[in-house]
Amino acid sequence: MTTISQPDATMPGVSTPAKSRDARRVRGLSDRAIAWLFVAPTIALLLAINIFPLIWMIRLSFTNLNLSMSYLPLRFVGLDNFRDILTDEDVWFRLQTTAQFVISSVVLQVVVGFGLALLINRQFRGHSFWTTIILLPMMLSPAVVGNFWTLLLQPQIGPFNYLISLFTGVPPSSFSMTGQVSLAPWTIVLVDTWMWAPYVMLICLAGLRSIPDYIYEAAEVDRASAWRQFWSITLPMTVPFLMLAVLFRAIENFKMFDMVNLLTSGGPGSTTELVSISLKRAAFEKWRTGYSSALAIILFVTVFGAANIYVKTLNKVKQR
Amino acid sequence: MSGSVIAKGGVARWFRRGPWESVAMTLIGGGIIMLVQPWSIDLYSYSFVTILAGTVGFVIVSHFPE
Repeated sequence: MTTISQPDATMPGVSTPAKSRDARRVRGLSDRAIAWLFVAPTIALLLAINIFPLIWMIRLSFTNLNLSMSYLPLRFVGLDNFRDILTDEDVWFRLQTTAQFVISSVVLQVVVGFGLALLINRQFRGHSFWTTIILLPMMLSPAVVGNFWTLLLQPQIGPFNYLISLFTGVPPSSFSMTGQVSLAPWTIVLVDTWMWAPYVMLICLAGLRSIPDYIYEAAEVDRASAWRQFWSITLPMTVPFLMLAVLFRAIENFKMFDMVNLLTSGGPGSTTELVSISLKRAAFEKWRTGYSSALAIILFVTVFGAANIYVKTLNKVKQR
Repeated sequence: MSGSVIAKGGVARWFRRGPWESVAMTLIGGGIIMLVQPWSIDLYSYSFVTILAGTVGFVIVSHFPE
């Protein structure tokens, strides 16, 4: 029996009338239309996930909505929520706590990160291996970090207290890193530094590697000491990168929630209650939706303003 | 005609992006400091308005010519 082979429509060069019609239709679209076709799903998703909730939140911030009393009629209260927040000493104290956390952790991260970058910038045996090890904490999720540090810092079973006890002689179960007013703020700074100093190191490393060798060679010719080279060449030329790291980490730490919530939940008392935790409490424990929307807008505008400065600095660094 | 050129030059001189961006960034930075400073609740109360003015200003002046 002989079989007659039909031309394969999927083969290149062989087209069916329907396919060529489709191709013509696609060819008929302008570049602009095709670009819109590709971008449209992303725009739709952004509108649905980001823009719509933002507009909804702005609307709610001018109302008295309280989800625990949703049977009450929704009333427009104008700027009352904003006035309440901006005259509330508790929120002011939470913002100060946040600022203390941001300043302490960013300073530590910059010092540790820059020091690590100076070390990693030298070529030594096992250089790549140590770089990977140092970068590991940064790759973990903050939820994972929060959970395992909670375990490490347990006064009874956690190894951290035993390590401190080894060096200081203080009994391990006599202090609690997350449960004591004097230690808890430093604990969140410590864990955040452990996690994010590698990120600062990466940015500083980019800065250090962008310094041309001939500048150091010229300094060597002029018999400048290593210390002098550091102060006159290395530090000034990495300052824009340091600024970038400081701004980025400050913005991120201002918004910090997950790790602190897992480590201390804002406690003991309200010692480590950052403004983001305050916001969560107002929204999902007290159910003051209108009030918490107004607080969220204040934080959003603050972060947006800081992000503008960040982008401006980033552009300056790019132009270098 | 020369009058309009002068006026145009005057406008261009006044509405340059660089200095206005610096003003907006100073307002944002000042507002953030006012928001978190521990000394005066009055400064805290006016911090949001300052940051908002700086941020809106920054968005506007970033459309000015270089």
